[in-house]
Amino acid sequence: MSRQSTDVVVTGLGATTPLGGNVAQTWEALLAGRTGVRRIDDADHEWVERHQLPVKIAAPLAVSPTEVLPRVKARRMDRCEQVAMVAAQEAWEHAGKPEVDPERLAVVIGTGIGGAVTLLDQDDLLESGGLRKVSPLTVPMLMPNGPAAWVGIEFGATGGVHAPVSACASGAEALAWALRLIRSGEVDVVIAGGAEACITGITVAGFVQARTLSQRNDEPERASRPFDVDRDGFVLGEGSGIMVLERAEFAAARGATVHGRLAGAGITSDAHHITGPEPEGTGQSRAIRKALETAGLQPSDVGHVNCHATSTVAGDVGESRAVVKALGTHPVLTAPKSALGHMVGAAGAVESIITLLSIKEGVIPATLNLDRIDPGVELDVVSGEPRKVDLEAAVCDSFGFGGHNAAVAFTRA
Amino acid sequence: MADNAEILTGLAEIVEEVAGIDTAEVTPEKSFVDDLDIDSLSMVEIAVQAEDKFGVKIPDDQLAELKTVGDAVSYISSHQ
Repeated sequence: MSRQSTDVVVTGLGATTPLGGNVAQTWEALLAGRTGVRRIDDADHEWVERHQLPVKIAAPLAVSPTEVLPRVKARRMDRCEQVAMVAAQEAWEHAGKPEVDPERLAVVIGTGIGGAVTLLDQDDLLESGGLRKVSPLTVPMLMPNGPAAWVGIEFGATGGVHAPVSACASGAEALAWALRLIRSGEVDVVIAGGAEACITGITVAGFVQARTLSQRNDEPERASRPFDVDRDGFVLGEGSGIMVLERAEFAAARGATVHGRLAGAGITSDAHHITGPEPEGTGQSRAIRKALETAGLQPSDVGHVNCHATSTVAGDVGESRAVVKALGTHPVLTAPKSALGHMVGAAGAVESIITLLSIKEGVIPATLNLDRIDPGVELDVVSGEPRKVDLEAAVCDSFGFGGHNAAVAFTRA
Repeated sequence: MADNAEILTGLAEIVEEVAGIDTAEVTPEKSFVDDLDIDSLSMVEIAVQAEDKFGVKIPDDQLAELKTVGDAVSYISSHQ
């Protein structure tokens, strides 16, 4: 393993997820084997019954962002922007509120969908009450750069605010761009991650029609089952994960606590199909290899892969092939979506936090519901209990509709 | 028809709802922009809510002239 000339360290973590309102609660719940998946055919989601949707389960946030943010601040933001703000505030505090020249501070926060809830609500108001009922905040609430923009305003980042949009790979791709920004010498600190909050009738209906969601309504806690032979699709989640990333020398100079290193990142595209992954996993394995190359790591250095594994029939097996092709059969896998559901544009960022914590804490959370592993997956997947490990390096995979592949590599502090 | 005191109270409630400013701070001499730090987007929200509450029309060119809370109270009072 050789250190890159520009090391990038992780100094702050923040998250709000279906398992908890912060990183500590989420991590504790993961290790305890709890699930964030539950029935949603209730008053808050009346559209499930109204449209007779065949999917009556999801993984909603454990803590509403409106319980955390001041009322007036929250009412100017879409829920997707609110979750980004909650996670960014935690990450910034965790990093010790770095004193940084605003021009050397950037934000990269991606989302898959953006302000879907606002778009729907405001369209209802336009239809029922006409023009004057539409909020002047409609566009800033629904725009996919909104989460990044709000966080940039909050922390005074004038070094550039970016919002990669690559469906379910957005959160991981944001970390990849943050790494590139710091390595290019353009900035010293980046607030980076992903945000998503789109559990709505139209997104659920759209995913149902694409035949991607689990319909295991009678056993919500068993619905998300990556790598299991009886998997029947993913469970839609919502949340945000944010990291504070710094040039290593900058973090050292201010005496920051380092939790690990963002050592490398690879982005590739399949150019194959608008939703389906390229079946041989070539694009995915190239992303993993690029992550290793930019990290100066060898496949043998990587002891663990935190998988994208959404619990769809095609996706999970394809990913396992890509892992073997890029790294070999030695890495130990886990699939956090078994507990968190699929947080779309936030998934890669939250799962990157979990990957980093697995290295730091020396333990990999178990994949829930892995009763019988798919025979096409000839790899060691942690199930049953969390596994104690001693990791030098780990990779987090994220793939998205559109053929987006992103892999990020972390190493220990 | 609301009198000026009632209009001020109602307007202060709207400002509190939209911008989170304590109703006691919303007094006639205060400038919406310079004193209460209300941006143009929030002013549109306040105007729409005031139109509903007091049954008046506040066209955009008139809204731009309402610099202070007192200006708004006078406008609403004379256009009810």
